[in-house]
Formats: sequence, structure tokens, C-alpha cells
Amino acid sequence: MYSKSINKAEDDLVDYTLFLADSSLIMGHRLSEWTGHGPMIEQDIAITNIALDLIGQARNFYQYAAGMITEIQGKKVTEDDLAYLRDANEFKNLLITELPNGDWAKTILKVFFLSVWQFYFYQKLIYSEDKRLSAIAEKSLKEVTYHVKWSSDWVIRLGDGTEESQGKIANAIEDLWPYTGEMFMPVEFENNLKNSVGIDVSSIKNDYIEKVAAVLKEATLYVPRESWMHTGGKKGVHTEHLGYILAEMQFLQRAYPGLEW
Amino acid sequence: MNNQSEPLWEVFIRSKQGLDHKHVGSLHAADAKMAIENARDVYTRRMEGVSIWVVESKYIHSTNPDESESFFDPANDKVYRHPTFYDLPNELKYM
Repeated sequence: MYSKSINKAEDDLVDYTLFLADSSLIMGHRLSEWTGHGPMIEQDIAITNIALDLIGQARNFYQYAAGMITEIQGKKVTEDDLAYLRDANEFKNLLITELPNGDWAKTILKVFFLSVWQFYFYQKLIYSEDKRLSAIAEKSLKEVTYHVKWSSDWVIRLGDGTEESQGKIANAIEDLWPYTGEMFMPVEFENNLKNSVGIDVSSIKNDYIEKVAAVLKEATLYVPRESWMHTGGKKGVHTEHLGYILAEMQFLQRAYPGLEW
Repeated sequence: MNNQSEPLWEVFIRSKQGLDHKHVGSLHAADAKMAIENARDVYTRRMEGVSIWVVESKYIHSTNPDESESFFDPANDKVYRHPTFYDLPNELKYM
């Protein structure tokens, strides 16, 4: 949809930034679906707070990407254009973020898996050669630290809870585990940028696995064996769910272009 | 959620400039850790505070409004209990 730069490194940086922006936005949007439907008022507020945190992070990344694209193609592009006017095959979010929320256990586990990845990812990204990415990572890290703590505590309580709660979170692990590999299977733009403006995800994989295993163990849950992993999100190849998400999220801007508050 | 598994907790928050924790409301939670996280999510969204105390409501004991008269009225007219009979030098006027 947007013109490519003659400089491959610039293109890669735009793609990298959009990958981070899209992952946060789609996850934030999914979590916002809980608004008014949380199991208790306190959890309704907690989950929507997390959704807002993620959308805030997404905005920071989108604003950066919009600035870069505007410079590359010489025509103004805004964060709203990127969020509301791109189609599914242009989105680069991790697949796990677009999966349906399911029940509370599944949502908690989605937040847990994503936020642990974001925690180690942003910790490394602070050392990026790109000052803007570094700054966004530093700001986001505090929010993500809380997301990890909150979701870990819920995983433990659901797992080490009643028979019913343990069953539900065990099912959620079965459903979501095949989507946790994508985070550590870098695509071309990630490989091109690693250890300069981007990070090397293989350097955080062990930390991720250790943390996830520790929490699941305390929750008296099983850590699944290595299994086949779904991929494609970062290349714009998505599940059937993303189309529906975008149809809802983008409807207003597409039906009434340029609409403002 | 029934009340057995989700007791009620009273929440006290100390603001950034404050010295004491003030009562801001209550919430339900299964245990102390959840109560603190819920309090953070519900009662500190707009930077209301930098420290949270939570106490299970059942551990807070209070005076009985029916006994208010005998409990508090007698203190109302005992002027000799107040330290107001000293002549303070001007330098200490705003103590």
C-alpha cells in the first residue's frame, strides 16, 4: 500500500516498527472486547487497562512508522491511516494476538504469553541503535512488567485452583501453545536488523521458556513438549480471525473517511 | 463469584505528597495479593497514590453509632485538655 524506499534498511525498519505496532494494537483491540463483560468489576477494569496500555504502545510505534513512511514517499501518512486503512495482508502482528479471547482462562493465558515475550523483548530493545525504538521500549517496559505480574498471578490461581479452573487453563495451554513459537521464528526484516536497531530473538528464548515454565509449574500445570508452530503473521498471512477484527475496528474510518471526534 | 471465595477488602492509598494512607473505597478479591493488584487497577488509574494498604473488611473494627454520645460528647467541653493557655512568643506564632 505504501511506496517502498530505495534503501532496504529503511523498509526493514518500517516493517519492524509495524510488526511491533500491529501486535500491540490487535491484542489491545481483542482485550477491549471484554469491556463490560469481565467476570468481576475489578477484572473488567484490569483487562481494559491492559488493553489501553497496549493501544498506547501501538500508537507510539505507529507514529514513528508514519513519520518514516511520510519521508520515504513524500506524501503524508498518519498513525490512523496505518491502523485503519491497511488490509489484513499488510498487518504484521503475531498470530496469537488475533485469536479469539475465549473464556477468562484463555484470555489470561494470551496476556501471559504475549507479555512475557514483550518483557524480555523490550528489555533488549532498550539497547537498540535506534533512539526512538529504544525510548518506546523503555516506556512500555514498566507497563509490561505489571502485565506479566498480573497475568502470572492469575495463571497460578486458575491452575492451582479448583478442578474446573485447572481444566479451563489446561485447555487454554493446549489451544495456545502452537502459537508461541512464532515469537522466536524471525522473518527477513527481523534478521536484517538484529543486533543493530532490532534485537536477536534467539537471545531471549531461554529467558522466555524459563519464566513460562516457572509460572506453569507453580500453577501445577504441564509445560507442553516442543510442537509444530503456527507462523505467517509477520508476513501478512493471517488466520481467518483478523479479517473480522479489522472489519469491526476499521468500519468507521472506511465508511466515513477522515471522520474526527 | 460468591462471598465465601471473594471477601471484601478496604483500600487505603497514600498520595505522592501525603503522609498518611486515606480510605478510598473497597473491593472484592480472593486473597491479599489479588486485592493489592485490584486496588492498583481500580484506585490508582489517575495517579491517586504511590502506596497501597489493603485490609480484609472483617478485620476492621469500628465504633457503634448508637454509643456515639457516651463515647465522644464528654470530650466536647473539657477546655483544660487543650494546650491553649501558653503565651507563645511572636516567633512561634504559627506553630
